[in-house]
Amino acid sequence: MNGLEVTGLRVRYGRGRRAHEAVRGVSLEVGPGETLALVGESGSGKTSVARVVAGLARPAEGTVAYEGTPLGPVRSRPAHVQRGIQMIFQDPRSSLNPRMRVGAIVAEAWSAHPGVAPPGDPAEAVAALLGDVGLDPGVAGRRPGALSGGQCQRVGIARALALRPRLLVCDEAVSALDVSVQAQILRLLIDLRAAHGLAMLFISHDLGVVRQIADRTAVMRDGELVEQGGTEEIFTAPRHPYTRELLGAALDLGAALDLGEGVTG
Amino acid sequence: MTLLDVRGLSVLLPSASGAAVPVVDEVSFAVHSGSVTGLIGESGSGKTMTAMAVIGLLPEGASCSGELWWAGEDLLAADPARRRRARGREIAMIFQDPLAALNPSQTIGRQVGEILRRDGLPRARVRERVLAALERVGVPDPARRIGQYPHQFSGGLRQRAMIALALAGEPRLLLADEPTTALDVTVQARVLDLLRRLRAETGQAMLFVSHDLRVIAHVADEVVVMYAGRVAERGPVRQVFRAPHHPYTRALVESVPAVRAKSVPAEPLPGAPASPLARPAGCAFHPRCPLARDRCRRERPEVRALAPGRHTACHFAEELAAGARP
Repeated sequence: MNGLEVTGLRVRYGRGRRAHEAVRGVSLEVGPGETLALVGESGSGKTSVARVVAGLARPAEGTVAYEGTPLGPVRSRPAHVQRGIQMIFQDPRSSLNPRMRVGAIVAEAWSAHPGVAPPGDPAEAVAALLGDVGLDPGVAGRRPGALSGGQCQRVGIARALALRPRLLVCDEAVSALDVSVQAQILRLLIDLRAAHGLAMLFISHDLGVVRQIADRTAVMRDGELVEQGGTEEIFTAPRHPYTRELLGAALDLGAALDLGEGVTG
Repeated sequence: MTLLDVRGLSVLLPSASGAAVPVVDEVSFAVHSGSVTGLIGESGSGKTMTAMAVIGLLPEGASCSGELWWAGEDLLAADPARRRRARGREIAMIFQDPLAALNPSQTIGRQVGEILRRDGLPRARVRERVLAALERVGVPDPARRIGQYPHQFSGGLRQRAMIALALAGEPRLLLADEPTTALDVTVQARVLDLLRRLRAETGQAMLFVSHDLRVIAHVADEVVVMYAGRVAERGPVRQVFRAPHHPYTRALVESVPAVRAKSVPAEPLPGAPASPLARPAGCAFHPRCPLARDRCRRERPEVRALAPGRHTACHFAEELAAGARP
């Protein structure tokens, strides 16, 4: 195992009597090229796990290791780890600097990581990356405010890819998009995953999306991991009562149309 | 029986450039008593503005034309007193964010009972009715909850309280704008079940706005699919979603990931939903449509009946109905 290893993770916010433990002893692994979905409702701790993995939050206990290297906060990480783990956020627009042009946003990280900066003309490299995520190279000269939500999410993905990551942490990366655009971004993530051998930690509350994209699925509730396993196994033979409750409550279009009855009733 | 008949409704909003933008453009549909009509669409579709025009909560500077037939009168032409009575009392609304819609400084009981007090009901009677209303929407321990404030309620309970508030005046039509979108999956399921039960028990008519086809398939009888401020298609929800008569509806249905079965992400539509600010000529959907041809670029399709109860705004709906694929 040489991907991401999270062991006995605990995350606390606040101090003393007001402290809240958001993650209470979570262990999980994401193998090279593998996609693990982390599902759960609000307050389940799934986003806190993602933030620790991305180096944006500090664990109270437990360890996170990536390709054998133990990980601390993002600034303390060795350069190859910093660039190796990239995050895709839920709100594509607010995760991009509105004052910068798209080309500069994508190329920015190369100054911090000259090791992966492309030889030759950076503008050409930016154009190639924009092409990889399905954007017209002309977008490079525009600012995020002039783009649609789906285009902004593509820019966020291009920015991540610029650093040639091995692991993408996707935090509700398609949740805020219109349904017709969501399908585009899911397709793009799946294609890029195959082309670059990317591993993904895919945080989502949308079980339908998870079933389409994840190899394995872990279910969180109240800071604990209640069940994990192969995605099809979790969806067809859930063992934990909470997983069953979650799956039972999820609306399904096919079921609603075929049965006439609702799927929760 | 037709309860609300929306005919040729248009809403213009002022834009930064000064020109008025038609965000709702000649929209027609009906809501029948005892029945739920779903209004579905993506960003810029005009679904929320349509609901806001019905309840009379359009933003400042908006102008509205067309007809809103309600109980034998056109609300857009009626005198203001009649309009207020219809919209305060006969038509009630629940919103996506109950925290923004509820008054944070008043107890839940006071807010739910407001309309009853206005009717001059004695205090003891108001309390009784409020307790019954909270109980009916599944707020546990209503006798204790009645004295609490919105911040002491969880998201799901707040939404229930708002439903109780909306129903307190016994409206004939309930407008719901994405009422479960902000809720967790398990809470959403319970609130949707509550709305379905209310409808089954009391025949409460609803106009239900959502971007989520699963929610609409779950609660609605009829659906109106909107795109770029116009009706793309409308009809009985199961017929429309099972056998769409508009390529946009078909693409929407195909892009909903299944939970109960393994599916692969659908072949996505290109581009993004059209904005009313830059509505393409002809059929607004043509730049994204796999079936588009010359006529679609030139000529705006009118909404027409293709089968009893089924209306579509696609020039080539017959081909789609016959199973054509690009």
